[in-house]
Amino acid sequence: MSSRKSKSNSLIHTECLSQVQRILRERFCHQSPHSNLFGVQVQYKTIQRLGQVPRGREERKFLHLSELLKRTAVHGESNSVLIIGPRGSGKTMLINHALKELMEIEEVSENVLQVHLNGLLQINDKIALKEITRQLNLENVVGDKVFGSFAENLSFLLEALKKGDRISSCPVIFILDEFDLFAYHKNQTLLYNLFDISQSAQTPIAVIGLTCRLYVKIFKEQLSLPAEFPDKVFAEKWNENVQYLSEDRSVQEVLQKHFNISKNLRSLHMLLMLALNRVTASHPCMTAVDLMEASQLCSMDSKANIVHGLSVLEICLIIAMKHLNDIYEEEPFNFQMVYNEFQKFVQRKAHSVYNFEKPVVMKAFEHLQQLELIKPMERTSGNSQREYQLMKLLLDNTQIMNALQKYPNCPTDVRQWATSSLSWL
Amino acid sequence: MAHYPTRLKTRKTYSWVGRPLLDRKLHYQTYREMCVKTEGCSTEIHIQIGQFVLIEGDDDENPYVAKLLELFEDDSDPPPKKRARVQWFVRFCEVPACKQHLLGRKPGAQEIFWYDYPACDSNINAETIIGLVRVIPLAPKDVVPTNLKNEKTLFVKLSWNEKKFRPLSSKLFAELNKPQERAAKCQKPMGAKSKSAETPSWTPEEHVAKRIESRHSACKSRQTPTHPLTPRARKRLELGSNPQMSQQTSCASLDSPGRIKRKVAFSEITSPSKRSQPDKLQTLSPALKAPEKTRETELSYTENDKKASPERCVILRTRIPASKTIDIREERTLTPISGGQRSSVVPSVILKPENIKKRDAKEVEAQNEATSTPHRIRRKSSVLTMNRIRQQLQFLGNSKSDQEEKEILPAAEISDSSSDEEEASTPPRPRRTPRTVSRNLQSSLKSSLHTPTKVPKKSLKPRTPRCATPQIRSRSLAAQEPASVLEKARLRLHVSAVPESLPCREQEFQDIYNFVESKLLDHTGGCMYISGVPGTGKTATVHEVIRCLQQAAQANDVPPFQYIEVNGMKLTEPHQVYVQILQKLTGQKATANHAAELLAKRFCTRGSPQETTVLLVDEEARLVVLTIANTMDLPERIMMNRVSSRLGLTRMSFQPYTYSQLQQILRSRLKHLKAFEDDAIQLVARKVAALSGDARRCLDICRRATEICEFSQQKPDSPGLVTIAHSMEAVDEMFSSSYIMAIKNSSVLEQSFLRAILAEFRRSGLEEATFQQIYSQHVALCRMEGLPYPTMSETMAVCSRLGSCRLLLVEPSRNDMLLRVRLNVSQDDVLYALKEE
Repeated sequence: MSSRKSKSNSLIHTECLSQVQRILRERFCHQSPHSNLFGVQVQYKTIQRLGQVPRGREERKFLHLSELLKRTAVHGESNSVLIIGPRGSGKTMLINHALKELMEIEEVSENVLQVHLNGLLQINDKIALKEITRQLNLENVVGDKVFGSFAENLSFLLEALKKGDRISSCPVIFILDEFDLFAYHKNQTLLYNLFDISQSAQTPIAVIGLTCRLYVKIFKEQLSLPAEFPDKVFAEKWNENVQYLSEDRSVQEVLQKHFNISKNLRSLHMLLMLALNRVTASHPCMTAVDLMEASQLCSMDSKANIVHGLSVLEICLIIAMKHLNDIYEEEPFNFQMVYNEFQKFVQRKAHSVYNFEKPVVMKAFEHLQQLELIKPMERTSGNSQREYQLMKLLLDNTQIMNALQKYPNCPTDVRQWATSSLSWL
Repeated sequence: MAHYPTRLKTRKTYSWVGRPLLDRKLHYQTYREMCVKTEGCSTEIHIQIGQFVLIEGDDDENPYVAKLLELFEDDSDPPPKKRARVQWFVRFCEVPACKQHLLGRKPGAQEIFWYDYPACDSNINAETIIGLVRVIPLAPKDVVPTNLKNEKTLFVKLSWNEKKFRPLSSKLFAELNKPQERAAKCQKPMGAKSKSAETPSWTPEEHVAKRIESRHSACKSRQTPTHPLTPRARKRLELGSNPQMSQQTSCASLDSPGRIKRKVAFSEITSPSKRSQPDKLQTLSPALKAPEKTRETELSYTENDKKASPERCVILRTRIPASKTIDIREERTLTPISGGQRSSVVPSVILKPENIKKRDAKEVEAQNEATSTPHRIRRKSSVLTMNRIRQQLQFLGNSKSDQEEKEILPAAEISDSSSDEEEASTPPRPRRTPRTVSRNLQSSLKSSLHTPTKVPKKSLKPRTPRCATPQIRSRSLAAQEPASVLEKARLRLHVSAVPESLPCREQEFQDIYNFVESKLLDHTGGCMYISGVPGTGKTATVHEVIRCLQQAAQANDVPPFQYIEVNGMKLTEPHQVYVQILQKLTGQKATANHAAELLAKRFCTRGSPQETTVLLVDEEARLVVLTIANTMDLPERIMMNRVSSRLGLTRMSFQPYTYSQLQQILRSRLKHLKAFEDDAIQLVARKVAALSGDARRCLDICRRATEICEFSQQKPDSPGLVTIAHSMEAVDEMFSSSYIMAIKNSSVLEQSFLRAILAEFRRSGLEEATFQQIYSQHVALCRMEGLPYPTMSETMAVCSRLGSCRLLLVEPSRNDMLLRVRLNVSQDDVLYALKEE
C-alpha cells in the first residue's frame, strides 16, 4: 500500500514529512485566494444577483461576478449581487478570487475603493457606519470633526456617497459578509440606503452580500496533494501514494460516505487534517486505514462517548430513565421516579449492583444533569425540591443501546435489564 | 482654443475708472469702466460697459463669454465688492449634450449663442472678468466663418434659451453690432440694456416696444443721476412697480395660460411649452427670484426688499406693453375691492411695495377687510386682483413720474440682488454648464434640493464652508462610455437612469400636480397621502411634479416655494426629521429637540409683527405635505386618529403596473435602441405584471437579459439582439425558487433528513416535531432502505446546517434533542425537490 523507504533516509524523511504536513495544514486551514485551490473553476458557486442563476453553469458564475465587478469599476455602473450558499461552500473564496483578479487589471486597481463589512463584527448600523467611514478614509476629509450621533454619521456618509456621480466618482465595492445579519438591524437603514444609492445615479457602488442561506453546488471531491516540493524523490513517492489511495476502494467509500453527510469543503479539510496527523516518520505515507479512522473520528457521536465514561450507577440510572420513557411515552420524570425504578432493579438483582444510598444516587443524578444528559424542564428554582423536579432525557434509545454495547465491563444483568424493563420477571 | 490665464494663475488687480454714478441712497455705486492690471505686466485692460468680456469659469480653455451691462460696487457687506451685471452668451459646448442636435448643423469653432435664459444669474463678481473679447453678430443669412486666425473673435448668430435655437431678433442684432458706440454714449443705453438683460426672452416685437419705452424713460431718469433719492422717492419708485404687478397678476389669473399649458406639458416635460408661448408669464429678473435671500442682511433697505421680494416674484411675472393694460382696463368693469391677501400676511405694512395704497382711505378700508379674511383664494378672486389693477392704474394716472420710477426700478433690484447673492436659496440654478444639464431629473433635483444654500457657480466669491462636505475621491481614470448597443441598453435600463418622461402615470401626475399647485396658488396648506406597492413610480412621479412646479415657479406661474424632501428610511430615528427639515430649510444645525422648537416657532409665529423673520416664515408657512408610503391603509391602521384626521382625505394609491404599461415603460426607455426583440420585452412585461408589477424588477430582468445575451454572444457571432430565449432565461433566474434548488443540491443525509421530517409530520399530523422524533423516524427510514444510519451528532449537524440555510426553522440548539423543528418551505416543495432525483 505505502511505498517503503529505507531506514537510512529516515532523517531526511522526517524533515520532508514535517514540511509536507506544514504545507498541507496551511492549505487546509487558510483559505487564501492565492494558493492553487482544489477545483477553483469547478466549484465556483452560483452568484445570485438578487434573484438567482440556475445551477449547472458554475464556471460562468465566476465570470459573471468578475464581469459585474468590472463593469462597476470601469463603466461606473451600480450593481448589487447576493451570493448565497451554505457554510464552507466557497463564497468568500469566490469573491476574494474575483476581487484579486479585478485588482490585477491595471486600470481598475487604482480606481476602486473596497469596503469590507462583516455582519458578525459590525453588529449594528452605527458600528457599520463608522467602519465604512474608516475604510473609505473619510475621516481625513473631516479633519478634527468629532463624530456625533448616529444620525449625523448617517447623513454625513450619505452626503458623501451622494455627491458623486456616475462618471467622475470612484466606484466603491461594498462587501457585506454575513449579509443576513445586516438584515436584522433595526429598520435595515443601512441596507436600504446602500441599495438606494446603487439604484440612483450617484457614486457607483457594488454591494455584494455574502450569506449562507442556501446550498448550491455538488462538490466533487478531489484528493490531489502537493506538487512542488524540495525533495523531488519524496514528492514523487508521496504523489504516487496519493494516486494509489484515490483509487483504493475503501478510501472511496470513506469519501463517499463523507460526501453523503456534507458537501462542505471545510469538513473534508477536517477529515484530511485528521488523517494527515497520523503521518509520522515511522509511518510516512497516508493509508486507507488512516482515512477510515479519521472518518470514524469525524462521525463519532459525542454523547455516546460521554456515556462510555459513566459509572455503572449512572448507567443504571440512564437505563431506568429509558424504561420510564418507554412506559410513560416521553413524559418527563423526576428523581424519585428514577430512584424507584432503580430500586426495583436492585432488589431483584441485588447481587450484581451494590445498593447505593439515596444521597449517592442523587449525586450521580446531578452529575448526569451536569453532563447535560438530562435536562430539567423548567428553570431550577431554589424552593422546589430537587427530587421532584421534572427532567427529560437527552439520549435516544438507540444511542443508549449502542453505548452499552461498547461499555467496558458492563455487568450482564445491567445489559439485560437495558434490553427489557421486564427482564427481572 | 486659446488658453486664457485666469485669476488663479496670474494675479490681477481691479480698479474702477471714473466717478461713481449713482447715489448712496440706493446703496451701490455704478461705474462705467474698470481697469484690470495684470501683475508683472505693464499693460492695463480697460473694460467698459457694453463690451464683451471673458469670464472665468470651470474650463480654462473656454471661459464664459458675456456682455458687460453694468459695473457697480456692492458695499452692503463689509468689504465692498466689485460686481457686474452681464448678459451671458453660451458656447456650443455649454449647450447640454442632449440638446446639441437641435442646432441641426455643425457649429462654428468660434460660434457662441445669445443666452436667452432669464433665470440664469447675471450678477457676477467683477473680479472674475479675465479680459475683453470681440463678438461679431451675424445676420441670419451669414455663414459662420471658420478657421479664423484671431481666436479672440467670436460670432453670434443664434440665441439659445435652453429649449431651442432661434435667430437673433433684428433689434438685438443691431444692438450687438454697435456695442462700443453705445457704451460710449454712457447712461442712456445703460438702463435699457440692463433692462433687456433682465428680460431677454421677450419676443422681438415686445422687446422692441419695451426697449423704446424704457429707453425713453431711462433718458429721463438719468438726466438727474446725482440727485439723491429720498425715501419718498423710493416709495414712489415702488409705486411705479405696482401697476405692472397688478397687470401681470391679472393676466395670470384671467388668462391663466399656465394652467392649461401645464396639462399639456406632461407629455413633453423636457420641453415645456411655456417659453414658446407668448411670454406673458415668464420674464423675471433672476435677482428677484429669491424670496428670502437677504435674510441675514441687516440693512434696512435689504429688509425692505426682502420683504417685498416674494411679492415681487408675482409683480414681475409679466410685463406687457402699456397699451395692453389699457385694453384690460377698458374691457373689464371692476368692482373696487382691494386685494388684501398679501398685505394681510404682511404686518409691517409700511415696507410693502403696494403699501402706497395706504394713502388712499378707501384702500385702507379694503385692506382691513382683507385682513379679516387672510386666506382668500386667489383664483376665486381673480376679480379681486382686477380691482387692484384698477386701483393701481388709477394711481398710475395720478402719479406724475411713473415712467421714470419704473425705470429706476431695475436699478433697485440690482442692488438688492447683489447684496444677497451669497445667501441665495434661489430656485435651482439655471442650467449653465453642460455637465449639470446632462444630469437626469432626479439627480439634478437632488443636487438642487439637498443643498438649498448652494451658491450659483457663476458667483465666484469665495464661499465660507459651513461644513466641509465629504466626497468619495474621484476616479483616476475616466469611466468608460458604453460601447455596444447592449451596453447602452443596459445603461438605460438601470434603475438609476431616470427617463425623460414617466409613461403610464399621466393621471397620477396630473392629480398630484393639481393638488400641489392649487395649494400653492391658494396659499394654504394641505396634505396628501400617496400609497402603492414598491416600484410603481410614486417617488418618481412626485419628483417629476416638483420639478415641473419648480420650473413653473421659475417662470412665475406659481408662487415660489421651497421644497424639502425627507426620506423616513434615511433617518435613524423619528426625531431626526426635525433636524433634517430645519437644516434643509435654514441650513442650521440643531439637536432634535431644539430643532423641533425652532420649527414650531418658525411655523407658528405667523403674524407676530415684531420679528422680521415672520414674513419669510409666512411664505413658507404654507406647508404642502406629500407623504409616500407602501401601505394602503396606513392612516387607518397605524396612525393615531388625531393624526389621520389631520392628514385629510386626499389619498392617492398607485396601482401596480399592468403588462402593457410595463411594456410601454420599457419601450420608452429603449427608444431608438434596437437591443430587444419586441417579443422579448413583452414576455418580461407579462411575467412581471403577473407577479408584482414592480417596474424596478422589470428593469432588472431586462438588464440581466442583456448580460445573458452578451455572454452567449461571445461564442457565436449572433446578432446583438436580446431574443425571447434570453429574456426567458433571465425571468427564470429571477423567479425560480431558490429553496427547491437548495434542496436538490443538498447532501444525501440532508435530503433523507428532510424526508424524515415529512414522514414525522405525516405521522403526527402536526407541522412541528422535536428533533428526537425526527431522528427516530430518520433511523427507521435508513433501516428500511438498508443504509447505515448516522449518529445523533451527525444528524444534529445536518439539522443545524439546514437551519442556517433557513430551510428549517429551528429553536436554539441548547435544547438539544428536544429542539422543535419546522419546515420553512411548503411540504409540497420539499416533496417536489426530492422527487426530481
